Amino acid sequence: MKLTLRVWRQKNADSPGAMATYEVDDISADMSFLEMLDTLNEELTLRGEEPVAFDHDCREGICGACSLVINGDAHGPERTTTCQLHMRSFSDGDTIDVEPWRASAFPVVKDLVVDRSSFDRIIQAGGYISVPTGAAPEAHATPVPKPDADVAFEHAECIGCGACVAACPNGSAMLFTSAKVNHLNVLPQGAPERETRVLDMVGQMDDEGFGGCTLTGECATACPKGIPLPSIAAMNKEWLRATRKARKVGR
Amino acid sequence: MTSYTDYTAGEPVVDGRAPQGPIAERWDTRRFEAKLVNPANRRKHTVIVVGTGLAGGSAGATLAEQGYHVVQFCFQDSPRRAHSIAAQGGINAAKNYRNDGDSVHRLFYDTVKGGDFRARESNVHRLAQISVEIIDQCVAQGVPFAREYGGLLDTRSFGGVQVSRTFYARGQTGQQLLLGAYQALSRQIAAGNVELHARTEMLDLIVVDGKARGIVARDLVTGRIDTYFADAVVLASGGYGNVFYLSTNAMNSNATAIWRAHRRGAYFANPCFTQIHPTCIPRTGEHQSKLTLMSESLRNDGRIWVPKAKGDTRPAAEIPEDERDYYLERIYPAFGNLVPRDIASRAAKNVCDEGRGVGPGGQGVYLDFADAIARMGRAAVEAKYGNLFDMYARITAEDPYATPMRIYPAVHYTMGGLWVDYDLQTTVPGLFAIGEANFSDHGANRLGASALMQGLADGYFVLPATINDYLARNPHQEPVTAAHPAVAEAVAETEDRLNLLLAVDGDRTPDSFHREIGELMWEYCGMARTESGLRKALDRIPQIREEFWRRIKVPGSGEEFNQSLEKANRVVDYLELAELMCLDALHRAESCGGHFREESQTPQGEAERRDEEFSYAAAWQFTGTGTAPVLHKEDLVFEYVHPTQRSYA
Repeated sequence: MKLTLRVWRQKNADSPGAMATYEVDDISADMSFLEMLDTLNEELTLRGEEPVAFDHDCREGICGACSLVINGDAHGPERTTTCQLHMRSFSDGDTIDVEPWRASAFPVVKDLVVDRSSFDRIIQAGGYISVPTGAAPEAHATPVPKPDADVAFEHAECIGCGACVAACPNGSAMLFTSAKVNHLNVLPQGAPERETRVLDMVGQMDDEGFGGCTLTGECATACPKGIPLPSIAAMNKEWLRATRKARKVGR
Repeated sequence: MTSYTDYTAGEPVVDGRAPQGPIAERWDTRRFEAKLVNPANRRKHTVIVVGTGLAGGSAGATLAEQGYHVVQFCFQDSPRRAHSIAAQGGINAAKNYRNDGDSVHRLFYDTVKGGDFRARESNVHRLAQISVEIIDQCVAQGVPFAREYGGLLDTRSFGGVQVSRTFYARGQTGQQLLLGAYQALSRQIAAGNVELHARTEMLDLIVVDGKARGIVARDLVTGRIDTYFADAVVLASGGYGNVFYLSTNAMNSNATAIWRAHRRGAYFANPCFTQIHPTCIPRTGEHQSKLTLMSESLRNDGRIWVPKAKGDTRPAAEIPEDERDYYLERIYPAFGNLVPRDIASRAAKNVCDEGRGVGPGGQGVYLDFADAIARMGRAAVEAKYGNLFDMYARITAEDPYATPMRIYPAVHYTMGGLWVDYDLQTTVPGLFAIGEANFSDHGANRLGASALMQGLADGYFVLPATINDYLARNPHQEPVTAAHPAVAEAVAETEDRLNLLLAVDGDRTPDSFHREIGELMWEYCGMARTESGLRKALDRIPQIREEFWRRIKVPGSGEEFNQSLEKANRVVDYLELAELMCLDALHRAESCGGHFREESQTPQGEAERRDEEFSYAAAWQFTGTGTAPVLHKEDLVFEYVHPTQRSYA
């Protein structure tokens, strides 16, 4: 296939960026989207131009590094990660727009690379169970009902890519935050920190400058791992419960 | 000048840390004998940890919990993205929850045997002992392992064993375990006990007065070269499978941290022991940038076959049952499709070499779930393997529920790595290597679901116990400053190397050289190796290296985010490591585990070990780029598992 790419180029966080147009030829339908970009980058390098910077690593859809807005959609037209998107989803002669995640809490580092450390800080605020190494009881001491374990797993699948934020018109991180809150709060092991976890993580999320949630549902539509929209409602419930309880104890 | 292959034999290398006595008591003995650091004194010690995968993440979190000041590095944008996240199948533990005859001793036995008797007994036994604690720890962290309806943990079987001891979280066990370690690490970052440097890559080791005292690292966003100092350095930077260009490793996984440590004096052990995983999705063309694994757990229910006739190009569905060769079940009736990885890979290569491979280029075999779907129903297969089937369908645009998957072996894991003693300390005092970065526990072949076990055993339990001993014995080390000659030299060498890469301005990309060395290694140092092939590769590698420094082209500058520069710098190290791998493979004129020398096979075509000559770990000492290294042998002594020819028939 022959394609026209319009790619966001930006030297660094302090420089203005712009779309640049490139032509690529001999693109195979079996290539992944990132392999198509590799092809472009090889050509740019040989021409002495700087290749397009983009985050990527495992290329198996699990590390969460890749992060492109393709023709206006986070991770492109299929419900998967950019690295698992294949060129068979496009047609010969297409023009494809490639942009970075756009959100004020994800500043651009270079070209298509953004800074997602705000996600790490949300986890640091309470996205864990406090159990120092060696302090664990025997694994079978606490049975977990299978339905609860399944709900925990469903939310634990989040790969932290940030597509939810990129897709949201408000740049909200509610789906990311609720995925971790629900993963841990549904488990008996997570119960002792249930209230502080949700309050602290939501507090950090707000401090990072993510937008508010208006339940448009774009996040869940873009999520490559299928974290469900009701996850947000479940977190809101946890938050209200924790807030009421915190008021009682005067937190 | 002497040739690279004229290596000399140096003094034997001895593991001076493993205690004597009954094997089941050695770890307790070592922990008791290891000196301790008073809790109040721990915060005075700084420990550098490079890498945030299962080994590094768990080590950083645990050392910080104990009170040490940890300075941790990852080249990814977040510690959560380390490549452990991609491990699919599971983690072994000798819990014996199934009451199927499992025990610590059996896990120990299976691992020594599976490694084809090239691992250290003391280390492997400790690993088996600790395995049970890992599951407890991870469950307490909230890792959502698969559970039965009664609320208890589920397990499944993996290759090379006859018990069901593998704990799993659907096909994403590595992800869930890594997030557990990442969350524990995050708690320590928030508490101020871990200083994390993301998007920062280690480019050299700083050795002062014979001891590891810090690293040189590049901030990948600004390009700044910085130095960091500590009382001990822990490398948890993973394996070196990417030397083959195409592998199941992440694109940015690399050998630079361990190779630079090797150049600074750490011996590199068994570099030729690489694992070729039997079940990966075959490549589709020249553009291929990496290969994707299909979990070994699929071999529990999938049946592997090829047509009986050569050159049979009919679609799978049109090949009748009696014209199919379920070759693993035929050759290895006891283990069937669950033979160890090295054996399954070689068998696949053999049938493809015979001209019976399937798919484009005949480089593939079928992994067929038709029987499983008929037996269990599609819904049950979907519940067990759904995400793997989806991944396969996305990559190949074929429906694995309707037509059999096509698979082919690919480079997956490296058993070799930095030589470490029982304490996981390298030959450079104060430098420790954990997880895939070291060589210690898997011998010549790793069993499935054992990498996660080893990474977490090293990080949560072994290193935090043994590093105490080193720090207690070196309580007041002189502070190091940037002005120290050893520091200035390491920084200058790093800067010179990067500047040279930028200055050459040739006509070939870093990827083109990476691809070239990778293809050479796959051809001559891959699934089957011969003396003549290895010699060819050893002749060719210095030529590629010379060409690299003449023709490399790296656009941009060093003072900015520059992925081409990162890549080129990693290729520099592959071009040296590849040479050592070939030399190691050449010198080990026996077959064992993943190392198959065609000259050394049984009449049935199985790997033939030569214990009288090669029952040792080969630890190589660096002497200079392209100059013959020095070989130090560590003799392997088997007191508990008697070496036999492995048989899975």
